Amino acid sequence: MTAAPPIIAEPPALPAPGVKVQRLGQWSRLPLKAKSGAILLGVFVLAGIIGPEVSPYNPSYQNPAPGLALNPPDAAHLLGTTQSGQDVLSQLLVGIRMTLELAVIVGVVATVLAVIVGVTAAVLGGFWDELLSLASNVFLVIPSLPLLILLLGYLPQKGQAATILVLSVLGWPWGARVIRAQTMAIRGRDFVAAARESGESTWRILAVEIVPNEISLIAANFVNTVLYAIGASVALAFIGLADLSSWSLGTMLYWAQSQQALQLGAWWWFIPPGLAVALMGTALVLLNTGIDELGNPRLRDASHAARIGGHRQRPADPTPVLHAAPASRGQRTRLGSFVHSFSRSSLLDEGGQQ
Amino acid sequence: MKFILRRLAFYAVAAWVALTLNFFIPRAMPGNAVQAIMAKFPNLQPSAYRALEAMLGVGHPGSLWHQYVSYLDDVFHLNFGTDVIEYPAQVSTLLAQTIPWTLTLVGTATVIAFFIGTGLGIVAGWRHGGWLDRGLPGLMFLQAMPYFFLALILIELLAVRAHIFPIGQGYAGGLVPGWHAAFIGSAIYHALLPALTIVITSVAGWMLQMRNVMITTIGEDYVIAAQAKGLRSRRVVFTYAARNALLPQLQGFGMALGFVVSGALVMEIVFSYPGIGLLLLNAVTSDDYPLMQAIFLVITFAVLIANLIVDLALVAFDPRVRAREAA
Amino acid sequence: MNAGTPVLDITDFSVVYRTPGGDVRAVSQVNLALHKGEVVGLAGESGSGKSTLAYAVCRLLRAPALITGGSVLYQGRRVGGPTDVLQLRNHELQQLRWREIAIVFQSAMNALNPVLNVRDQIVDAIHAHLRMPRADELEKAATLIDLVGIPRSRLRSYPHELSGGMRQRVMIAMALAADPEIVIMDEPTTALDVVVQRDILAQVVELKETLGFSILFITHDLSLLLELADRIAVMYAGRLMEFGTAAELHREPAHPYSRGLLNSFPSLHGPRRDLAGIPGSPPDLRHPPEGCPFVPRCTYSTDACRTVDMHLERVASSADPEHVTACPFVLPETPAPAQARTEQELQA
Repeated sequence: MTAAPPIIAEPPALPAPGVKVQRLGQWSRLPLKAKSGAILLGVFVLAGIIGPEVSPYNPSYQNPAPGLALNPPDAAHLLGTTQSGQDVLSQLLVGIRMTLELAVIVGVVATVLAVIVGVTAAVLGGFWDELLSLASNVFLVIPSLPLLILLLGYLPQKGQAATILVLSVLGWPWGARVIRAQTMAIRGRDFVAAARESGESTWRILAVEIVPNEISLIAANFVNTVLYAIGASVALAFIGLADLSSWSLGTMLYWAQSQQALQLGAWWWFIPPGLAVALMGTALVLLNTGIDELGNPRLRDASHAARIGGHRQRPADPTPVLHAAPASRGQRTRLGSFVHSFSRSSLLDEGGQQ
Repeated sequence: MKFILRRLAFYAVAAWVALTLNFFIPRAMPGNAVQAIMAKFPNLQPSAYRALEAMLGVGHPGSLWHQYVSYLDDVFHLNFGTDVIEYPAQVSTLLAQTIPWTLTLVGTATVIAFFIGTGLGIVAGWRHGGWLDRGLPGLMFLQAMPYFFLALILIELLAVRAHIFPIGQGYAGGLVPGWHAAFIGSAIYHALLPALTIVITSVAGWMLQMRNVMITTIGEDYVIAAQAKGLRSRRVVFTYAARNALLPQLQGFGMALGFVVSGALVMEIVFSYPGIGLLLLNAVTSDDYPLMQAIFLVITFAVLIANLIVDLALVAFDPRVRAREAA
Repeated sequence: MNAGTPVLDITDFSVVYRTPGGDVRAVSQVNLALHKGEVVGLAGESGSGKSTLAYAVCRLLRAPALITGGSVLYQGRRVGGPTDVLQLRNHELQQLRWREIAIVFQSAMNALNPVLNVRDQIVDAIHAHLRMPRADELEKAATLIDLVGIPRSRLRSYPHELSGGMRQRVMIAMALAADPEIVIMDEPTTALDVVVQRDILAQVVELKETLGFSILFITHDLSLLLELADRIAVMYAGRLMEFGTAAELHREPAHPYSRGLLNSFPSLHGPRRDLAGIPGSPPDLRHPPEGCPFVPRCTYSTDACRTVDMHLERVASSADPEHVTACPFVLPETPAPAQARTEQELQA
């Protein structure tokens, strides 16, 4: 299970009215973090799509050839073999696809639920708002893994579908809260009041004015949910709550653990799936931080503006000055000379570029 | 008292929801699934069998409301029933043996990680653009990693290869648990690596969060005003910026507690640490439903109580909340 | 009035905001002088650069601001010789700030730390600059609160427990904590209702007479300055348009922009007339136009206006020997054009 999800401490800054939809078309203008995250994620998505087609072996095939059990990586098996002679690489490729599939579906379902609940609560207000908010908060405070264990534990089949169902049921509260907050903030904005005055119906206002302004928030929520789904499904599988005959990254780790891969020194069995999870998670977090910076310019501007006038500028430093010599009014002040003689201070080093 | 009372009421509702879910989930099973469960325990004593039936709601145990009330009554008396696997052990006994281990390990490590992470976050936010920021991608990588995976790696490197730490267990085999130095020493020694795992993975999260909140807070007018007043940097950073940034950070801590606890539990499995995590694994693999349900309740209540403590801390730190308190 | 060397002498001062889309020239080559005991008003619409100027003087602007030229010479009675604020190091700046130049911020609610009570925030300011025992610090804080007319019982209050007017008074009390030479006031009463505004300003003037500090008063409300200030500087698009005594500016404004501003608010005396605004909006400071930035909105503009170098010229006909204007063509005696040019004509 991954550590604390990246919690946005405050909703991202609202874009100015008129800028209805974030223009993501400018690839080069995106922050580096978002780009690297997207590329890394792209690698995994690609692996998930074509991987199982090009995998060298059937992941379940237990090669009975002696001496082939628990082999370190070699030419025939790029990532080595398991205890029963199965090819780790093939399992990994299938696992990436399974895990990504599951996580994306959960992401979509949970995000849709979150948007519905959040917007409804914000728009209806009153009793419904109280009720929905209470439900969201209750399910947020109840720790999800034990509840997931309980739910999944009692379901007769514990396969992909069951896991998707269970994760979606618990995956929407966080997003619902954030979206509700944002929707309420937007509702109070002038351009919504203007639209209402001009007679637009509530639904139209929702669809055309409000939701498009929340795209970056919804995107961030989707990414977060996918992150949560990956972590939760892997954790559940790791403790055995999954279809153990299928090959997801979590079940790989389960088998590695139960077959004592660690003690037997078979690092190639548990490191690749774990690393895959970690890297996918990192890609998503990078993406999310990038989206964050897109919405909250202050987080980004600081890194862009961190070099002003040629010098690294911390956010709380005094305003930098861009000239080498003092202005033409008489000679340098006494204090100025004193300062200048002592240090080639960063403030005074700038070659005059005006 | 209004704020605290409102929070208490909220936690009471959450607790009630948890209890009710706990009650209904087994009873919501389709009929043949229940039979499948019962069929897994062919060697049970009749009384244990009846207890299982009662829990699953089969047979003729009386009206639903009646069952619910007696269930709630049981829970309030901390009677979680008889364990089916380790019959006739009481579930509460099993829990009592393992809770202290988990509480000490996870509680201490999480608090330590929170303090270190928040402290680093303050520095990273104040010196935004500095060298700490360059470590960000690495930190994000750590944060994205499942706790138990890092545990595997650390064990591999530090225990199996380097022999710095023991490979697992809560204390050296052969020692008898008790309040004596040898045992406590061994327990601490065995807790170091799991604690290190928790700290390393979660520090990243706290630091990132605090950094972001600090950056936003530093842009606030009152921090600029503090600098305009010519106050020393230390005062500005801590009393003006960090003190305010701490409020959303604490709230985030409360919200993340559930995740932290869950992650730590799974991590315990890797270490074969004698805490709730291992109990949970056994319960799941052997379909020990009474135990699973009891663990769910215990963890949930622990998290709710911890959240309440965080709320009390918020009251202590934020005069705006305190004002509503006094009103 | 103009007693010798100015306490604050801003020369050729320029500030830009370095954004990814280009440099925004927020302040361009502004010259301003403040003398001891004087009240100088800085007037202009939003975006004119007046607040940027004020904060840049103490180097309080955050990234991406950059000071690109000029000097800010401070010469208060405590400092030996003139000090260029732009060349001070961090700790020297910390000593200069508040002790010599204090700021009263526009929004007191935002400028006060929400988690500290009023007393602690004032004591912070005292403690940072004056060496005195704790008991004396507390007493001084109480005295300051008395000065601005707030009951001492409110010292332990938090900012959110005070009314808007009280908060602003607290800001003023805090500004005076270290006996500054100059107090910069950034729209201190804009957010308050007129009655409270009056009260507070009266108090400020009284304090100025008693304690002897100079004031740089920033506002968009020119009418306020006409009563309050000794001299008024009018800014537009980051440039200084006119600078002269309040009396002269009121009597005979030299710059077309000042004329427009004065015509924008009604007077209690005199004949009723149609209110005239100034049509159009300020230029994009990322790509400032050649010559005078006011050309698109100026009723007097000619082609020659696009090649002026914007330096300040003396207004010959003014009673104030230091009355200067940036417009070389329009003099106080120049009559308004026979018919107001329409907006379309101005755009051409």
